[in-house]
Amino acid sequence: MKHFARRLKVQDNVNTDYVISGRYKFKIQDPKELAKHIFEDIDPDFAVRVTKGDILVAGENFGCGSSREQAPQALKSAGFYAVAAKSYARIFYRNAFNIGLTLVECDTDFIDDGDELELDTDKDKLRDVGKGLVLDTKPVPKLMKKLLEDGGIVEHFKKYGGFRLE
Amino acid sequence: MGKTIAEKILSNHAGRDLKAGDIAICDVDFCFGQDGTSSIIIDSFRKLGVKRAFDKSKFYMIIDHSSPSPNMGVSAIHKKMRDFAKEFEVGMYDIGCGVCHQLIPQKGHVTCGDLVLGADSHTCTYGAINVFSTGVGSTDLAITLASGKNWFKVPETMRVAVTGKLPKGVYSKDVILHIAKDIGSNGATYRSVEFYGDTISDMSVDARLTISNMAVEIGAKVGLMEADEKTLKWVIEHSRKEPRPVKADPDARYVAVKRYDVSKLVPQVAKPHAVDNVADAESLTGVKIDQAFVGTCTNGRLEDLEIAAKILKGRTISPGVKFIVAPASTEIFLAASRKGMIDIFVKSGCMVVAPGCGPCVGTHNGVLADGEVAISTANRNFKGRMGNPNSFIYLASPATVAASALEGRITDPRQFKTRLS
Repeated sequence: MKHFARRLKVQDNVNTDYVISGRYKFKIQDPKELAKHIFEDIDPDFAVRVTKGDILVAGENFGCGSSREQAPQALKSAGFYAVAAKSYARIFYRNAFNIGLTLVECDTDFIDDGDELELDTDKDKLRDVGKGLVLDTKPVPKLMKKLLEDGGIVEHFKKYGGFRLE
Repeated sequence: MGKTIAEKILSNHAGRDLKAGDIAICDVDFCFGQDGTSSIIIDSFRKLGVKRAFDKSKFYMIIDHSSPSPNMGVSAIHKKMRDFAKEFEVGMYDIGCGVCHQLIPQKGHVTCGDLVLGADSHTCTYGAINVFSTGVGSTDLAITLASGKNWFKVPETMRVAVTGKLPKGVYSKDVILHIAKDIGSNGATYRSVEFYGDTISDMSVDARLTISNMAVEIGAKVGLMEADEKTLKWVIEHSRKEPRPVKADPDARYVAVKRYDVSKLVPQVAKPHAVDNVADAESLTGVKIDQAFVGTCTNGRLEDLEIAAKILKGRTISPGVKFIVAPASTEIFLAASRKGMIDIFVKSGCMVVAPGCGPCVGTHNGVLADGEVAISTANRNFKGRMGNPNSFIYLASPATVAASALEGRITDPRQFKTRLS
């Protein structure tokens, strides 16, 4: 599957309320329904531009603010294959890997909206196909890779009956 | 080499010696969810297929974010929580009991030296009473509910020293806003912050909770304070659990050290739409307000209500301003009532709403209209936070909020100097 960049208008300090507003997340339980409203308060037309397999591109401190897992869940349900940002807030970082959404940390300044991207999580590389640029992504901790391999923390836990960090 | 408070508490709960950067499985002393996060906790817990909670006494659900329910969607979630509590025989604080971050320490669920997880980002609040408490997502919480454990990366620690006697009209909220301005919303990401200094020692436990509550607004995992006599007196009054106070070693390693002299600090206000976008209140006196709010896990405690009531006593708020007060718990509501504060609020034109999060999270109790401006004692002013992306939220101390409500525009509370405590 080909992956295309979907770049946010606001790059830095995008909080989880901006990912999915409290107007929706407190009353809607269906992630597919939530996915229709992502980034509505900062970029009202964003949700309709997302197609399955896209990579969300953001700046520093992505996912700060509330702990609500509806944020990564809505991104996953919207069809995002991964998120590429310069840095993440810690609760969002855990939540994403827990539910099986890949996050990569790298310099995202060079990526334009619509660029075709190739992600290699084994070698920690992100390639912008059109620009011919290859970027190193910060290595994902072993534990996180393990959680992704197992399909998230629930599946990991069921598989081993507890944590298996090694 | 010496250890920080975070290194010690996590080591104690992992059963082995840990230092910053280590990843370990730790035993958790208490965990909880609220009505914005419990629905997914329940779904994830059921997916795990376990038959019972690891310990029925160590998990609670609190309905505070939308309490009582404003619509059918929320009602369905509240019912789902009540049904789950019944089925798995776990504890619950239903509508009207108060905000989770007030109830958990006040009802004695946590004590010094504990390790606590909450499915709410402001779980860092109890750092003020020497608890390593931090927010996680719902699925993480479900894992802990099933197993009593979770994985932790031991954070590096930043040491923040606050010194100097606070001037009249300047409170712990002003201190933490001032720190947020300096450190920035990303400045302590993934770190533990330890707060020290004579300013902190002089503060009441209520005031200290305000500071730790906002540690997450600078990105921190937890905002810890050592337990002094005040802390121990407070936790023993509220909890039957044996406190195990934890101090940092003199030779503990810190990644950064910050010092703030607050003896000349003036009232601070965070401007829309970021918590670290902070200015002096006196520079914003031209800003007209439509709504004022005193409450939340940041500033809904008895001392906060007292500060606001003193300024309001015998006066009426500016015409056209909506002033909402939400005590942080039933006990605070009753204590405020006994002290005559509820009378003062109502007579001055405030609406006192049920204990809970009130309008802070934008689901009910005062959703703003397009273009409206609110001044609030909450901890976040993100665009749309109070329910409308086209409105504007300023954050301040209870004194600044009350003074602003009287004047109908942002007001430096030092203007009411005879009414300041």
